[in-house]
Amino acid sequence: MTDHHLDDYRPIVGDQVIDELHVLADHVRHRRLQHINSTSVGGGVAEILTRMVPLLRDLGIDTTWDVIKGNQAFFAVTKAFHNALHGGKESITEEMLDVFRETTAMNLADLNDYGDVVIVHDPQPAGLIAKRPEVGGRWIWRCHIDVATPDPRVWNFLQKYVEGYDASMFSMPDFAQRLSIPQYMVPPSIDPLSDKNRDLTNDEVQAVVARYGLDPERPIVTQISRFDRLKDPLGVLAAYRLIRRRHDCQLLLAGGGATDDPEGEEVLNEVREAAGNDPDIHVLELPPFSDLDINALVRASTIVMQKSIKEGFGLTVTEALWKRKAVIGGAVGGIRLQLLDGVTGFLVHSPEGAANRAIDLLNDPELRQAVGDAGREHVRENFLTTRHMRDYLLLMLAMEHQGEELSVLTTR
Amino acid sequence: MTDKAFVFDTALRLVTLTGLRAQSLRELRARLPEVPLSSIFQHTHQEYLAHDFQRSQHYNDFARWVSDTLREEALGEKLAAIDLLAFTTLEELRGEIIATIDTYLAQLDRASYECRPEDAFHFCQSRSFVLPTGLVAHDVPEFFAKVASISNASLYFHFFEARLRLGRRTSDFSRWLSDRGRDDLAGAIDKLNPYTRSLDELRVDIVAVGGANGGAA
Repeated sequence: MTDHHLDDYRPIVGDQVIDELHVLADHVRHRRLQHINSTSVGGGVAEILTRMVPLLRDLGIDTTWDVIKGNQAFFAVTKAFHNALHGGKESITEEMLDVFRETTAMNLADLNDYGDVVIVHDPQPAGLIAKRPEVGGRWIWRCHIDVATPDPRVWNFLQKYVEGYDASMFSMPDFAQRLSIPQYMVPPSIDPLSDKNRDLTNDEVQAVVARYGLDPERPIVTQISRFDRLKDPLGVLAAYRLIRRRHDCQLLLAGGGATDDPEGEEVLNEVREAAGNDPDIHVLELPPFSDLDINALVRASTIVMQKSIKEGFGLTVTEALWKRKAVIGGAVGGIRLQLLDGVTGFLVHSPEGAANRAIDLLNDPELRQAVGDAGREHVRENFLTTRHMRDYLLLMLAMEHQGEELSVLTTR
Repeated sequence: MTDKAFVFDTALRLVTLTGLRAQSLRELRARLPEVPLSSIFQHTHQEYLAHDFQRSQHYNDFARWVSDTLREEALGEKLAAIDLLAFTTLEELRGEIIATIDTYLAQLDRASYECRPEDAFHFCQSRSFVLPTGLVAHDVPEFFAKVASISNASLYFHFFEARLRLGRRTSDFSRWLSDRGRDDLAGAIDKLNPYTRSLDELRVDIVAVGGANGGAA
């Protein structure tokens, strides 16, 4: 958890943003907020909640965070759901749906304390909505994944749960569905004061570079991501080999695992095999709690890639932009919201595209600086924790003013 | 004339998604009559609040998508040229956008382009919450002194949102000044075109109105 207070964010986002949060909190402080997701460590959702829950409490909002339980079979099913919702080909059997239902029933029996406003994150705990008639409150389903072209069978299965909620949240307009409940756009966020994002001294950065055996004198092209096929690590390797025909550089592929992603090891092995014996390719499997190392590795990088094939949002992009890095990203999902092509970064559609942009950027330090500076401002205005908190508080308010398009609130 | 103080409000927004999308000009045209008016407001105004990394060619989302994605640049220019100040209701504005597209489609002698699904236009809406900022002006000099320190969100609310979404037909500033018997200042503010200025520039212009007309302290 964090030992930071909201006032620590004033120098970063300005007084106005923090003052607004206090004004908003005055209107919802009488409501208890609860988050429910499926993992406490690893992955973007857990990271956001780890930072945001204490800050909401600091704001005087009674906020709790619960994690559902599930065995390996359940997480294999929800991983298949995840891939299918991203539009991947998955064979979903009736037995798999039964595993989902059984785990949901187990968690419904286990979890008995609910807030006035319950935010349920992603498909894994979506079935908890069955508790609503008994416990009441306002329920919001928060979808963090790219559901622009979901597998219809999985989406239809999930939709029955989702339509039981009062509202839903998606990270960008492309993910909107035809639903009978309101859909809000709430992009995720990063915490500028977390170990993964806070400023580091050059000595701190160089110490990490040395520890991982990288050469500080030569350019580093980096992708920090879970080892997941949808993040296309093999595509990054292919791009690196094209870059190397024109430019000397090192490739760093680093990522950790999440407890709800059983595929990671398989993909890591594929990447290691494809990397072969090239001493300039560094494949790092980082343990949990490597945030400071990740921070330093991104800061030491010349270019950051996020060549995803599908992406819910791509917080690794946000993190790199915040560090003023030139970022090349796959033109998918939330990456398109972050990389305004040619202004705050570059969007690509293939390993060749990624290589071409990387070669341009390696040859042009001024261009790297310009997109890096614009990227940081873009993040400051749109993708920091404080904006995310504001949206959650507004959502709590929206739950009290359902059906209105414009609500005039008086001073409390 | 009234003694009522001016209460500076601000508006905080959530974007809501309608789930409606368009991949071609004809689809855009077909959707326009059915989307909520708050969607018309969102797509004609949201860009004014966004950071201006490079001055946009079109501040209107419809104009930008038609130009950049469908490559119907002439229509994009016509949509961008719609004078938002000339409309006091969003329904009238919607009608003008539809009429502009209809005129263009009637003259189009070729098939129009259908974009890829990932480049579709997604209709969004703005869900606003209006809150007092705590700033209050009791007289005209105090008003101009405080305008200089209000946020862009507050300025945007009183100038754009109050006029069109609350149906007040004019900016809150000019209405209040007029109520104070200062039609000269109200008139000067009404002459400012907020659609051709950034919010920072607009704030400077308003303060200057006070200075030039004996409104400032």
